[in-house]
Amino acid sequence: MPADNQSVKEALGKKGAYGADLDLDRYDEGTKAPEQIDDLQSSGYKDYLEKVGVVADEMNRSGTLMFIDNGMSHCHASQQEGLEMMSTQEALRKYDWVKDYMWKAMDPAKDKYTAKSYLEDADGYFIRVKSGYHVKDPVQTCMMIKTDKTIQNVHNIVIVEDNASLEMITGCSTSHHANDALHIGVSEIYVGDNSNLSFSMIHSWGKQTGVRPRTATVVGKNSNYTNNYVILNPVGSLQSFPSATLAEGATAMYNTMCIAHEGSDIDTGGLVYLNGVGSSAQILSRSISMGGHMCARGRLVGNAPGAKAHLECRSIIMKDGGSTNAVPELEAHVADVEMTHEAAVGKIAQDQIEYLMSRGLTEDEAVSMIVRGFLSGSINGLPPALQSELDAAIEAANLGD
Amino acid sequence: MTEMLKVVDLHACAGEKEILKGVNLTVNEGETCVLFGPNGSGKSTLMSTIMGYSSIQVTQGQILFKGQDITEMTVDQRAKLGIGMMMQRPPNIFGVKLGDLIRASSPNSEAVLSSAPEFKMQDFLDREVNVGFSGGEIKRSELLQLTAQKPEFILLDEPESGVDLENIDLIGRKVHDLLYDGNCPGRQRHVSSLVITHTGQIMDYIGADRGYVMRNGRIFCSGRPSDLLKEIRENGYGECDSCQQIISL
Ligand SMILES: Nc1ncnc2c1ncn2[C@@H]1O[C@H](COP(=O)(O)OP(=O)(O)OP(=O)(O)O)[C@@H](O)[C@H]1O
Ligand SMILES: [Mg+2]
Repeated sequence: MPADNQSVKEALGKKGAYGADLDLDRYDEGTKAPEQIDDLQSSGYKDYLEKVGVVADEMNRSGTLMFIDNGMSHCHASQQEGLEMMSTQEALRKYDWVKDYMWKAMDPAKDKYTAKSYLEDADGYFIRVKSGYHVKDPVQTCMMIKTDKTIQNVHNIVIVEDNASLEMITGCSTSHHANDALHIGVSEIYVGDNSNLSFSMIHSWGKQTGVRPRTATVVGKNSNYTNNYVILNPVGSLQSFPSATLAEGATAMYNTMCIAHEGSDIDTGGLVYLNGVGSSAQILSRSISMGGHMCARGRLVGNAPGAKAHLECRSIIMKDGGSTNAVPELEAHVADVEMTHEAAVGKIAQDQIEYLMSRGLTEDEAVSMIVRGFLSGSINGLPPALQSELDAAIEAANLGD
Repeated sequence: MTEMLKVVDLHACAGEKEILKGVNLTVNEGETCVLFGPNGSGKSTLMSTIMGYSSIQVTQGQILFKGQDITEMTVDQRAKLGIGMMMQRPPNIFGVKLGDLIRASSPNSEAVLSSAPEFKMQDFLDREVNVGFSGGEIKRSELLQLTAQKPEFILLDEPESGVDLENIDLIGRKVHDLLYDGNCPGRQRHVSSLVITHTGQIMDYIGADRGYVMRNGRIFCSGRPSDLLKEIRENGYGECDSCQQIISL
């Protein structure tokens, strides 16, 4: 998208459509020249990485790419044929055509956060799977904020060409010193025809961190895109509304699992444009409010005949003091579509808790078991590392009281 | 004989409505007692009250278990004392797999899990507890869970109802194993139970030492189970009305 600089500059003053308006001037720019790390395991970031599903020993991974603040600090790819990994700026230098993928799925003048990324030529990760290749093990990426009072401002490009497949795990985290920071991450994701991409994002931020990811995905004919999003730890203000545009016969699945702790403000979900004939989508959100604010959004737009889509937002409220919103939206522009939604907000039914207690579980154990099941139900085949993270988060949340 | 369970003048409400209106009943150690009574008379409510479900509020009276007053105890405290229950209509537990619940409720869960085929439950361990289970599957799942739990006193709410002829044999044998704790029938049994039945079919497998008849929130009479069943079969519960022999203290 040939953006004219002036309109993007003006967008710097444009609030996001949802979520609290964050003041960009409160933060410094994060460094573009962070420390370079060879071995993640001995790096001191190991625990942070594993908390967000990124394995430090890189076993059973096709590659790992890590950003600290605003620069790449680690990039290692296995000998997987057809896979390319580098920084976005490097890709722009290497291939003439990469610029055509920049700001094509995402409008830089969308709001102040995208404008900021655009105007600062943010770097990020570039992952490409060439046509005809199926990458066996997942590629993992990590976005780490190390410096307090800074903005992490990244621009990622993922391209899975025709007849190809890729699984990505991307973890984002802040170090203990960088509680009051802001993450802006623009991700533009392109899936070709007859391809598969599974994109799992796991966030673990600080109690004051502001988070404004901006993600847009274009899915080609007969391709499948799965987007998993997990946030279990406290965060300051998080707002994200990733979108996908589907071609003929394409499918998209958005699965979200969140815990809104006291002091956290989370506004997230998924938006799918069903533009192709016979395209389909499913948006599923499971959240727990532990006294925080939780808004689960889902929006389906049916633009082509034969579109089929379902939206489900379920939320359990464990503690008073916060608020929970479920905002399901269906919009159809042709007659031949089948779009449905379900939303439910409330506490866990007492008879379910007592049924488990009648088998000898304490009330805390019963509640944890139901909550764990409720949350994991949103994502099929949760990676084992995440399962134990989920258990730890539920334990830490001390749900029984 | 030691009293395992003693219910004394128990009154209880669900919401505004009084459902138990002064129940008196005793189950001695090692005894199998059956509870008859027409639909809606309060049998399941009595069991839920003994188990401690908070949907029912006790307004008067006491529940004693092995001499200890458990009326105010939570459900899990009662379970830990050794009370277990097969519910007539258990709730769906979304997100919780049957196998995981069994793992959480038994120290010896691997042995129980490997016995799942005996209950025809091997394909259900990865399914959410009770969700979409058929009537007969619910009974077998409840029995497998009770087998994991190994209670000393078991409440069985219509274990055979809705079960087909082939599976009734399975259920009967498994209930027998639970009550006789795997020992030979000649020995003294250890596990006591209170069993609700309309047809008495389950008695062919477990025998029964004493029967109670419940009507309109009270126990009307007690006697030999086979005699009571014969009377109910021949004359329905009408005779109880005219008899008016309410069991009191
Ligand atoms: N929560 C409730 N609110 C109102 N009425 C209730 C509630 N729970 C039970 N009841 C009523 O209490 C009465 C006794 O119910 P219960 O389930 O104990 O009967 P039952 O003897 O087990 O009957 P069945 O043989 O049909 O299983 C019924 O009339 C039932 O509708
Ligand atoms: Mg009943």
